[in-house]
Amino acid sequence: MTLLHAQRINVVYEPNRGTRIWSVRDVDLTLQQGEFVGLVGESGCGKSTLGFALTRMLRAPARLENGAIHFDGVDVASLSGEALRRQRRKGFAIVLQSGMNALNPVRTIENHFGDILKAHAGPGDHYSAGAIRRRGAELLSKVRLEPSVLAKFPHELSGGMRQRVSIALVLALEPKMIVFDEPTTALDVIVQKAVMQTIQELQREQGFTAILISHDLGVVFESTNRVMVMYAGRVVEDQPSNELGRGLHHPYTEALLGCYADPRAEEIHLAGIPGTPPDLSKPLPGCAYAPRCPLAVEICWKVVPPLAPLGSGTAACHVRAPSAQVPEAKVAAAKAAAGAVATK
Amino acid sequence: MTQPNGQSAPGKAASVPPLVVSDVSKVYTVRGRGRGKFTAADHVSFTIPPGAAIGLVGASGSGKSTLAKMITGSERPTSGSIKFGDLAVERLGAAELRRYHSRVQMVFQDPYAALNPLHTVEYHVTRPLQNFLGLSAARASERVHELLEIVGLTPPGQFAGKLPHQLSGGQRQRVVIARALACDPELVVADEPVSMLDVSLRAGVLKLLADLRANRGLSLLYITHDLLGARVITDEILVLNKGKVVEKGPTKYVLQHPKDEYTTQLLDAIATPFAENGAATH
Repeated sequence: MTLLHAQRINVVYEPNRGTRIWSVRDVDLTLQQGEFVGLVGESGCGKSTLGFALTRMLRAPARLENGAIHFDGVDVASLSGEALRRQRRKGFAIVLQSGMNALNPVRTIENHFGDILKAHAGPGDHYSAGAIRRRGAELLSKVRLEPSVLAKFPHELSGGMRQRVSIALVLALEPKMIVFDEPTTALDVIVQKAVMQTIQELQREQGFTAILISHDLGVVFESTNRVMVMYAGRVVEDQPSNELGRGLHHPYTEALLGCYADPRAEEIHLAGIPGTPPDLSKPLPGCAYAPRCPLAVEICWKVVPPLAPLGSGTAACHVRAPSAQVPEAKVAAAKAAAGAVATK
Repeated sequence: MTQPNGQSAPGKAASVPPLVVSDVSKVYTVRGRGRGKFTAADHVSFTIPPGAAIGLVGASGSGKSTLAKMITGSERPTSGSIKFGDLAVERLGAAELRRYHSRVQMVFQDPYAALNPLHTVEYHVTRPLQNFLGLSAARASERVHELLEIVGLTPPGQFAGKLPHQLSGGQRQRVVIARALACDPELVVADEPVSMLDVSLRAGVLKLLADLRANRGLSLLYITHDLLGARVITDEILVLNKGKVVEKGPTKYVLQHPKDEYTTQLLDAIATPFAENGAATH
């Protein structure tokens, strides 16, 4: 069953002074109920902005330019005020990057649960202190924390525990879709692994749809079943996660893969990605990755590549995934170039 | 890579003294609720030979940063000694410590916090030049451009006047590194220099640190929980757990033959996008 269907999402940042930045460009996205999708890319590629747009969390100067977001049968792109607020109960939610900043330092964890439950209480719901404590303890146990955490203040908890608390708070409203925005970036590797494991288990147990936003392809690969790679505001590749390790991909995806190696290997080559992402305040006539791309041919500088079939998914690349929408002669040239590279 | 004119010729390793940490412990007294003693470093000994790169690996709270603070002189050990050549680091007075800081510099974890948002790149890199080397404004400006070139912020003229918010995380970290190199240090202590950066930028900064060490002959203490980074730039690693050294040896050997359970745990926690490396189960 389709839970989320978004079409041509565009987000611009329009400050009072300074330049207008076109951060998310024509993104189409369809998510099935219970899917776990990763959104990967470098800082500034628009992945968090897209996550904020989908959960209607954008604040000025960011603005959802046009595009439709259908969530569970409701057009949420046009909702506002109370109607939007009601979507946050049993609708969609977001877990923010740093649990330490998401919690109020002068309130106990129990207070946090009380605030959320009362603010979003349905008609006829009444939350007594005892009910909040019971519900809080139940939610904490879902994220593998002891009920004793309820009485603590955020500063008494470790980074990993705080991130678990912020996940439990999000679960309080039984969302159908949760966006996790870099949930483990601030944590050390061992804690990161444990928190990601809990997120995966929860997703399987509760069956919510999840979007994991991360710059780390490794983390995304290990927990999701589908990966969308973003570059300069566009989705450039959409693949089942287990396809990432094999076959040909968008050159940018391949460059991201080149940043990983097993530290136990005999020889290690870390490629990195030379150059920097483009300035999103300027128009980008062709493929935004062309200036950094080793495969770029003439057409790449002129025509924005559409998503076209590649392997088990799609990619936006004239060379690796030529599209029927692009004139024949140019495709032939691109294919010839791709062949030359493949035999290199 | 261009070498700066004058004072910092390559092959400096001969003059860099070894750093010898012997039997160092640091015990903090905790007041208030949960009061007691907390041992952040427990009889730690190691040596950084001239021009070597040593990795200090461990999870949060394992005592890595406490050791870094004692080596740079901002904390004093409870017992044990730290010698940089003939200098007893733990006994330095204020004036000597200042001189010591021109020889030992630090690169911090968070490039977003390590730069003043109100000052330009040029200002940040100029400060150590004027404070430690006493260069004139004109000479300092020239040197800033050389340093920016060394850390790959080219053309330097374009970066010198920028404010931190106009730079990406990777570029900011390069400014922090340029500042650390400004007074021509003999030892650089880098505390998680890439953990706040995108994976795609990490390789670039790691390569820069490795090149600097090779070309300038400085010693490097690289503190991290990222074993891949440690493998790429260090010759030897020490694995710390709860303030104790639980494993040490040549980096490649230790990673290929981990003995301590904690080292194995760290290796297993690394997320990679390659199924054949094990961890993933679909």
